[in-house]
Amino acid sequence: MIEKALKGSTGYWVWMLFLLSIMGVGGLSYVQQFNYGLGITGMSRDVTWGIYISQFTFLVGVAAGGLMLVLPYYIHNYKAFGRIVILGEFMAIAAIAMCLMFIIADLGQPMRALNVLLHPTPNSMLFWDMIVLNGYLFLNILCGWVVLQSEYKGIKYPRWIKPFIYLSIPWAVSIHTVTAFLYCGLPGRHFWLTAILAPRFLASAFAAGPALLMVIAMVLKRTTKFDVGREAQDKLVTIIGYAAMLNFFFLGCEFFVAYYSQIPGHMHTLDYLFWGLGHGDQVFNNLVPFMRASVVMGLAGIALIFVSRAKQSDGLLVVSCLLIFFSFWIDKGLGLVLGGFVPTPMDYVTEYYPSAQELGITAAIWATGFFILSILYKVAISVKLEKDA
Amino acid sequence: MNSKRRDFLKIAGLTAIAGIAAPSAFNTLLKGEANASSAPAGGHGAAAVTGKRYGMVIDVKKFTENPGLAQQCVTACHTVHNVPDFGNRKDEIKWIWVESYNHVFPENTQYKRPDSLKEMPILALCNHCDNPPCVRACPTKATYKTKDGIVAMDYHRCIGCRFCMAACPYGARSFNWRDPRGKDANGQPFIKELNPKFPARMRGVVEKCNFCTERLAIGQIPACVEVATQTKALVFGDMNDPESEISQVLKTSFTIQRNPAIGTHPSLFYII
Amino acid sequence: MYGKGRIIPALILFLGLMTAPMWFKSGDVSKLPKPEKPKDYTECVAPTQFMRTAHMQLLNEWRDDILREGGSRTGKTANGTEYVRSLQNGCMKCHSDKKKFCDDCHNYASVKPYCWDCHLQPKEAM
Repeated sequence: MIEKALKGSTGYWVWMLFLLSIMGVGGLSYVQQFNYGLGITGMSRDVTWGIYISQFTFLVGVAAGGLMLVLPYYIHNYKAFGRIVILGEFMAIAAIAMCLMFIIADLGQPMRALNVLLHPTPNSMLFWDMIVLNGYLFLNILCGWVVLQSEYKGIKYPRWIKPFIYLSIPWAVSIHTVTAFLYCGLPGRHFWLTAILAPRFLASAFAAGPALLMVIAMVLKRTTKFDVGREAQDKLVTIIGYAAMLNFFFLGCEFFVAYYSQIPGHMHTLDYLFWGLGHGDQVFNNLVPFMRASVVMGLAGIALIFVSRAKQSDGLLVVSCLLIFFSFWIDKGLGLVLGGFVPTPMDYVTEYYPSAQELGITAAIWATGFFILSILYKVAISVKLEKDA
Repeated sequence: MNSKRRDFLKIAGLTAIAGIAAPSAFNTLLKGEANASSAPAGGHGAAAVTGKRYGMVIDVKKFTENPGLAQQCVTACHTVHNVPDFGNRKDEIKWIWVESYNHVFPENTQYKRPDSLKEMPILALCNHCDNPPCVRACPTKATYKTKDGIVAMDYHRCIGCRFCMAACPYGARSFNWRDPRGKDANGQPFIKELNPKFPARMRGVVEKCNFCTERLAIGQIPACVEVATQTKALVFGDMNDPESEISQVLKTSFTIQRNPAIGTHPSLFYII
Repeated sequence: MYGKGRIIPALILFLGLMTAPMWFKSGDVSKLPKPEKPKDYTECVAPTQFMRTAHMQLLNEWRDDILREGGSRTGKTANGTEYVRSLQNGCMKCHSDKKKFCDDCHNYASVKPYCWDCHLQPKEAM
């Protein structure tokens, strides 16, 4: 089945070469980082996690987003998702692969990464995150591949795969919950110390993951004969729209708690992210334009996505999905992690700017993710189209 | 016995077992290593005191009376422990350092403060918490709590994930962003003079104050405390020994701790 | 056999490359490492054969025992001589020449332990 990835149009090969070139440039950056140390990044003693860990956090959400397809299809027998569910599973594989690469890129001693297995530490949330992420990767490879292979052979998938599919549903929830627990269990970091973090992660995941999927589905509709179907499209709009609204509701709760309680620690980071934080005689606000854009884009996206359905406009659908995706990418992929470090527990403010090498490595990991995704989607779509023909 | 009743009994039995086992399993999970977290001293339901618990009293007034003393403590520590000086804030590594009051106690909001507070050199270092969040966060047990109450590190095992740095509510941890054994642009080594008795660290690991475990083991007191012996600006010792100097000081002086509300139970006490 | 024309030459080439070190007599018995033992001391913390095969495990045991269990920093040899259980302050006191002792074998065996990334060897500490 994998051989389907080796035959493709010129466009396919140009796309793959483009991704490979980014991976190459980023690979060179990683060699530099490996030789010099993480000091080559913009991270500092005050802001100890940067764009790697924030991308990781966001991508866990993208991976968990696949749940919104698997759940209706396998549990509620919602047939309209028949063509798109495999795309969700395969996107989870690519997203988790990116997550793992971002973690490795962030380690000071990557050669010792397996110490996590050698000295298992159940009191550490990172230990559990390692377990749930690798488990979810395994489940999605298994379920996605077995189901697709059965379809390829023209038979129904074997019965033994069903328990794994059912297991993958709570597992998807667990990956983002445990990832939220990395942050929300730390005393002294007010911004993260909120019980609503895991629910908020899940809400944004269930919007951002399917939104990306929808954009890809629309691209595929244009470039190949593969069409996920109008009904699936419309259903996804509901899912994305409500999940995105839920995320903003949770964000509003955060705002209320911080500004009504007037507890400085709770307000400071929100000040820094949305209004600019005055500290001494300086104002720190390097993330303010991003965070405001995130809110505007997110709200606009929610409005437009329902308009797109009413008008049955694929163009508007793509635009609104992109708005929602980038809104949540900023919210979680920038603000959440970076904001948590401002101010520091000793009340200092250090702003973080990623270095060129850091951005290179980040781009390369995204490119690797899309490379994996392209191969998997190529296989999946070839099988589906072959069956149609 | 009909099958329904048997099933019911089975389930009831299993539930009972789970009910008995779960709390203890949950406790083990939360505590991790048995010695990673002991019951906090004082507060609700204080546990019986066993073993040593090292602590330190920092008498800030004495540092004001002896200008330069605080910096001498810092230098002594950093020299003994081969702590590099990169000359910039981004890469900075420090085990103990001089801070101002509003950064050590940012939670305090006195309406008016004594003028002297502004200039007061206050030493900040690892609080060797009785309930350390860093130890809870570490995925490899590279940082752990010893029987003596010291929060220590095994640099061999650290993978450099910096979870402990995010977890530390006192900013006490530093990361080796670059090779500490390297040289700057002018060819000057970052570690000015190597102490042959103590190792350095490598790139990519986290480091912090170890309460001079290596010195305590051979009967010496911590390097910073040694510098401040004359003035008694720093008092170090076993807080579980009622006869120790620190126990006496803690009994007779009013001390404050950094951010006590978050339940870390620091072993550092400040007399302001 | 299908594709015989390519498979058999490729196999021969592979075998040739794999065994090349043997044909070119790479490696030499006479070049066995001869780590220089300290002259002033006759007894190590454990028998030579044990130290040769297990010194790394011993160092790890010392480390974990001292750092985590609060174990003793000193030990006694079979003859009752006291020693410090430490690479930097113990082993290197007798084996003071890292190049002639450690590196000789490690280079031969092509193992690169990271001990010296942190620990100071006697000479540079001077």
